[in-house]
Amino acid sequence: MTSFTLVRRIGARPAIVFRALSTPEGIARWWGPDAGPVLSADIDARVGGRFRVRFRLLDGTEHEASGECLEVVDSKRLVMTWQWTIGGEPDERDGESRVAIDLRPIDIGTELIFTHERLQTEISRNSHERGWAGSLDKLERYLSVESAVAAAP
Amino acid sequence: MLHVDNRSMVHHTLFCMVKYSDPQLNRTFAALVDQTRRAILDRLEREDGVSISELAKPFAITLPGVMKHLDVLEDAGLITRWKQGRTVTVRLRPDPMRSPLDWLRRYERFWSPRLDRLAKYAESEEAKTSRKGR
Repeated sequence: MTSFTLVRRIGARPAIVFRALSTPEGIARWWGPDAGPVLSADIDARVGGRFRVRFRLLDGTEHEASGECLEVVDSKRLVMTWQWTIGGEPDERDGESRVAIDLRPIDIGTELIFTHERLQTEISRNSHERGWAGSLDKLERYLSVESAVAAAP
Repeated sequence: MLHVDNRSMVHHTLFCMVKYSDPQLNRTFAALVDQTRRAILDRLEREDGVSISELAKPFAITLPGVMKHLDVLEDAGLITRWKQGRTVTVRLRPDPMRSPLDWLRRYERFWSPRLDRLAKYAESEEAKTSRKGR
């Protein structure tokens, strides 16, 4: 299991960014259309509430990811489980990963810290010891890979 | 054309995210699951070129035990060893780590364009709200 983090600085208030993340209308607007149309987007942004996003790719295949909201703090934090329910990656289908989004007010608006964590792989499932996630983090340092991509508007 | 490229990349992202049966990658991860071997790599990350006797010092295992771990790391291509006089020096070789990192990058490529669009969308919403407020 492992994780990665992406950072964006956005010229909008945290409340507005949070709305874009936590409402069906918001999600439908940014999830697509560049990567194919969003067929449906549902989210009940309360602890225990579900989300579900279904989309089609250019090749006509349909995919759906869904999960449960674990933490919902208005304008600050959204944590949900992430699972492919249709299409996606077959190897990831049994597994549940986690998406955590933190919003922090900054001078231009909001800093968004996106983390997709607890990602599984065939390799991690097959190994009895799961300690290599920490090693991967170190490997990134070995190679001076930038895992946080800051894209200022 | 650029759009087509983006879409096929997302498609590739979805289907190739964890499809790795690459023997090199298996060796890399097999080498990394062991705590002692990770500790050796940690040390080699901090110090460039360490003798085997120096490497063995912090561990409560015999020198041949350490040699076994070094064999595994060398098979995985994670270290190199060379002899200078009577001293064998070990050095980190991070190239095999690139595959696991590529795997992570695929996930990043799935999310990155979406977060870019999220930023653009939120900014347009902010602009609308500000106009209304004025």
